[in-house]
Amino acid sequence: MRSRTPAPMIAALGAAEREPALQDALNEPARTPWRLRTRLLGLAGLVALLAYPFVLNAPFPQHVMIMIFLYALMAQSWNILAGYCGQISLGHAVFFGIGAYSSGFLFATFRVSPWLGMMVGIAIAMAAAVAIGLPTLRLRGHYFAIATLVIAESVQIVFQRWEFVGAASGIWLPIVRENPLLNFQFNESKIPYYFIALGFLSLVCLAVWYLERSKAGYYFRAIREDPEAASSLGVDVSRYKVLAFMISAGFMSIAGTFYAQYVLVVDPETVFPLTLSILVLLIAVMGGVGTLWGPIIGAAVLVPLSEFTRIYLGGTGGSVDLIIYGALIVLICVFRPVGLLGIWKDWRLGTAVGGAKNRGNA
Amino acid sequence: MAMLEVKGLTKKFGGLVANDDIAFAVKEGEILGLIGPNGAGKSTLFDLLTGFQRPDAGYVSFLGRSLLGSRPDQISRLGVGRTFQKLRPFDHMTVEENVMVGVLQHTANLRVAREQALGALFFVGLLEKRGAHGHMLSTGQRKRLELARAMATRPRLLLMDEVSGGVDQRSLPGLIDLVNRLKQQGMTMIIIEHNMQVLMSLADRVLALHLGRKIAEGTPEEIQNDRKVIESYLGLAYA
Repeated sequence: MRSRTPAPMIAALGAAEREPALQDALNEPARTPWRLRTRLLGLAGLVALLAYPFVLNAPFPQHVMIMIFLYALMAQSWNILAGYCGQISLGHAVFFGIGAYSSGFLFATFRVSPWLGMMVGIAIAMAAAVAIGLPTLRLRGHYFAIATLVIAESVQIVFQRWEFVGAASGIWLPIVRENPLLNFQFNESKIPYYFIALGFLSLVCLAVWYLERSKAGYYFRAIREDPEAASSLGVDVSRYKVLAFMISAGFMSIAGTFYAQYVLVVDPETVFPLTLSILVLLIAVMGGVGTLWGPIIGAAVLVPLSEFTRIYLGGTGGSVDLIIYGALIVLICVFRPVGLLGIWKDWRLGTAVGGAKNRGNA
Repeated sequence: MAMLEVKGLTKKFGGLVANDDIAFAVKEGEILGLIGPNGAGKSTLFDLLTGFQRPDAGYVSFLGRSLLGSRPDQISRLGVGRTFQKLRPFDHMTVEENVMVGVLQHTANLRVAREQALGALFFVGLLEKRGAHGHMLSTGQRKRLELARAMATRPRLLLMDEVSGGVDQRSLPGLIDLVNRLKQQGMTMIIIEHNMQVLMSLADRVLALHLGRKIAEGTPEEIQNDRKVIESYLGLAYA
């Protein structure tokens, strides 16, 4: 129906284009361009990220950064579906597990390059998102969350019993010394993992950046805000919900493949746990949902916290990080549901206004 | 040929008959007013026409095409726009972005969408508020926003659920003027309106509903003098 004759109203709108107020509005840029200081800060940040593993050339600081990238990647994937499109998933571990098992199984059994396995994982994760999404995304609000939670738990149980993929003991990936790049295995150093994780994170962030500037991104947000109003404006709500779910699941499975190659063991307890689904949600909420930077900030704050408590409290402190997470999330939800990013933005806005006032008085 | 044709439209909620055998037609360029006391079935009728509810019986055809079984988004893309009685702006999107969502069914180009959205905002007099978020607007401004959003889809037929409801006296003339300008440009509309004065000034023809049934149809003057309408709705003040 694209080639419909335009209604007369639009003709009148064309005439209005000569109005100065409208002309001004049309001429202004859709988004304020970055200021020089922001650009320089961004450049400095990029250099710091590239230099980090060489400056702090020890396994632990590199491992912490890799974990930050990995969790930011997952939180960002979740953010696409929940933050932008408003569909809260409590079972995102499913797609992480699918990614880990797909590449892990293909490599362990047929020596298929994990890069290829990753592609297979993405395809399976997207297909699973369609299969899960078509029936469950019709459900409103909390019911979708509950459905994903239950499905994720069921999938974990299936993998615990499924002999073909190693049942409860999972898959041990064979260690291969030759051709590390093709085999996605780097046994000498963590630096390649560092850059691959950074690359994957950049990829998902680029996708979100693009989404914010695309029709699909506008439709996702409209669906989050009010699905009925969105449909009255021509948005095919179920189709775009499923699309958001597919994109989200695809990136989540990339994280799964990365994790499998990083630890070289895949088992149902570590790749399908409920805690992973919840953690990914907490990180995004902590940082600020529905924003590009929120999941990254959330991961940068929460992941080191968890790594350090694990070191200082050892095995007995296994859940202390979760207790701290829980407390932080309660604080955020009660006081500032906008997340850390929102708090920072408000603070900056506040100081900017205050600064202007002070200048006025002087 | 009529633009919209409705025959035998019936919708039941349990034992309640919300729309009972409704029939009417709307010609191109015409404004049809819809009146009736609360619970008469006006909003249900809108929901049936725009695919938000499925009728139990009856027939709806728009430009010679049946709308039965179509989803709201499909009906919107066919050229039927609507606003809601309970206003539903996208609260966490700017006014400009709200309207862009409407344009995007015609283009995937955001620059084009923004241009057309600004045009629609200019038309409804909300251009200055383009950067504000939905929840920062007054009721009158939100009505304008909903109208701009619906217009952005370039409808051939626009269904407006209440022009005056919840709007203060100061903003009302502006809104009426807005609908009048749409009318002058030949927009076909169905308007639900409780304020009889407003309706009389806008509508070419009026349809009166009561308890889900059509009780009268005619020019505004005929409706104002109809015995059944006076009894059920207008009350003695109009007798």
